Amino acid sequence: MTEPGTNNCATAEVTIVNSHGLHARPVMRFVDLASRYEAEIRVDKGDGTEQVDGKSPMHMMLLAAPKGTTLRILTRGADAEVALKALAELVASGFSDDEPS
Amino acid sequence: MEILRGIAVSPGVAIGEAVVLDAEEYRIPRRSVAAFDVAEQHEILKQALEASIHEIKAQKEQLSDHLGRDAADIFSWHVGVLQADQLHKQIAALIEENHFSAAYATSIVMRTYQRRFMKMDDPLLAERVRDVQDIERRLLRNILGESREDLAHLSSPAALIAHDLSPSQTAQLSQTKVIGVALDVGGAASHTAILLRSLGRPAVVGVNDLSSRVSGGDTIIIDGVNDIVIVSPDAKTLEQYRDQQLKYIRIRDELTAMRELPAVSKDGERFQLLGNIEFPQESKICSDNGADGIGLYRTEFLYLRRRGEPPEEEQYNAYRDAVLCAEGRPVTIRTFDLGADKYTQERFVEPEPNPMLGLRSIRYSLQRLDTFKTQLRAILRASTEGQVKLMFPLIISLMEFRQARMMLHDTMEDLEEEGIPFNRDIEVGIMVETPAAAIQCRDFAREVGFVSIGTNDLVQYVLAVDRGNERVSRYYTPAHPAVLRLIHDVIKACAKAGIGCSICGEMAGQPIYTMLLAGMGLRAFSMAPHNIPEVKKLIRMCTIRQVERLARRALTFDTERQVINYLRSQTRKILPDDPI
Repeated sequence: MTEPGTNNCATAEVTIVNSHGLHARPVMRFVDLASRYEAEIRVDKGDGTEQVDGKSPMHMMLLAAPKGTTLRILTRGADAEVALKALAELVASGFSDDEPS
Repeated sequence: MEILRGIAVSPGVAIGEAVVLDAEEYRIPRRSVAAFDVAEQHEILKQALEASIHEIKAQKEQLSDHLGRDAADIFSWHVGVLQADQLHKQIAALIEENHFSAAYATSIVMRTYQRRFMKMDDPLLAERVRDVQDIERRLLRNILGESREDLAHLSSPAALIAHDLSPSQTAQLSQTKVIGVALDVGGAASHTAILLRSLGRPAVVGVNDLSSRVSGGDTIIIDGVNDIVIVSPDAKTLEQYRDQQLKYIRIRDELTAMRELPAVSKDGERFQLLGNIEFPQESKICSDNGADGIGLYRTEFLYLRRRGEPPEEEQYNAYRDAVLCAEGRPVTIRTFDLGADKYTQERFVEPEPNPMLGLRSIRYSLQRLDTFKTQLRAILRASTEGQVKLMFPLIISLMEFRQARMMLHDTMEDLEEEGIPFNRDIEVGIMVETPAAAIQCRDFAREVGFVSIGTNDLVQYVLAVDRGNERVSRYYTPAHPAVLRLIHDVIKACAKAGIGCSICGEMAGQPIYTMLLAGMGLRAFSMAPHNIPEVKKLIRMCTIRQVERLARRALTFDTERQVINYLRSQTRKILPDDPI
């Protein structure tokens, strides 16, 4: 899944599976996790649209990613690979989001 | 420079710094700061961010038991947004590079985000606009603290930008330095639009997401003639508009000077110029324009605003306010003209195929006697506060008038029994707005206290033209010889019977008809208050002989085209500079 690149870059594609997509809680889970790492984290929808800062709750919300969207996560920095792995797992797990409230 | 299209609802040009009003009425007092104040602005921003985060966390804590999971998540997102380095950096960059005030920089950044959310197709995400607005408000409150000002304290002329304004907010603008208004929502017929017109402030409404495109302090041109709002105009555009504005101001000043002068013809004949209103607050606007009273108070608004029958007390308060604001001048209150409006039609079990010929106006009232009596009670109670007259709309027969008058007498008896004071001698009149009432006016004139000609409906019924239907609206004109002769007959019948006669349709406020109507013998004109100065100016420039000659000639024409051409050329002779 991860692909170590030069300059400690890593990238992965992962599909959103939780029913409501990237809404408030998933965004915050993602941002909170991303913020634990040194690495710069960028996210896009792999469709040529804007790339956003994965540590910005505002930008992550602006990504407008419903269920079924494939997110491309790009990380760069000392802990790029660890960060990428953790974030990709979070998305793939549906942000543990579909438990009943 | 950005040019945005809307609907002009009040003519004129306003150029000023934007004051952006949100629901909590925050406005940004300063757009930029001196270089040595930049550090201070950074500090203000930093503290406002911290204070805002702290507030939300405290709120979340406090509400934790009541907060649903979704609401709690949204709060967390708010905190997240405020904590993010990216947001702080973005706002700080504007302060650093452009020397913007912290408030202005915050507003610019937040409004950029609001626009992006607004464009989203997903309704759930589009809803996030409200959150971003909420965050902006919170930040601004913490940035501006006590230094935030309300509109009453504006120190320089301002162009007011808002999502929407309530009629009461709008009415208050007359006391402020707001020189023009532009709104995201609204149409030409909205009550706010009507108020803006009567306030004489240039206004454009329905400019979609205007309020999120503009930040406080931006230079704004509100062009209430060409339906546009220009944000941050370039130098050339600004110059062009300043020229235009000067022209308008000259005309307006001249008209303002009219306020104190009486409406008297050159040869000393006194005219009564009255205002048409929909809200009690407009009564004040009428006085500001030099009105001699209220010739038509449309009461339906009370009903349509609350989407149902307003209780007696609410009506009483509104009527009394209007009467008190008129300060002793006469106020003619018209009973509900309901039935043909969308709201009432929707509530009919079977919508009528032809509402304009259906159960509307006095017919509607006479079939809902409880509602009617409640209104009559409220009007009668207010009649002790000043000079109140009562008027029934859309009368077609004497029997109808007598029935309505009987209801009035019943109501008077009730009040008497209850010991509630009212004016027993209240003048009672009718609207002449159907061909039937106009043709039979001589008979009516023997029984009614006064007549007010409602030309909007009268023209529509005489010509069988719905002026709201654009396929036929070009046939709609009060200049049609049949309409003019009918109006002339009504004026003459009233004069002969010695009862008051006024016109309260739009025609009364259109300068092109002023001399004609005066020449036909009309002495009372009731119109949108902002038209009063212009009509007064015209009246003061004419003699009775002159207008009578004009009317005689106009009444000889057999087509509306000839009438209009003649009236236009005659009016231009007298007012060469004014737009007729």
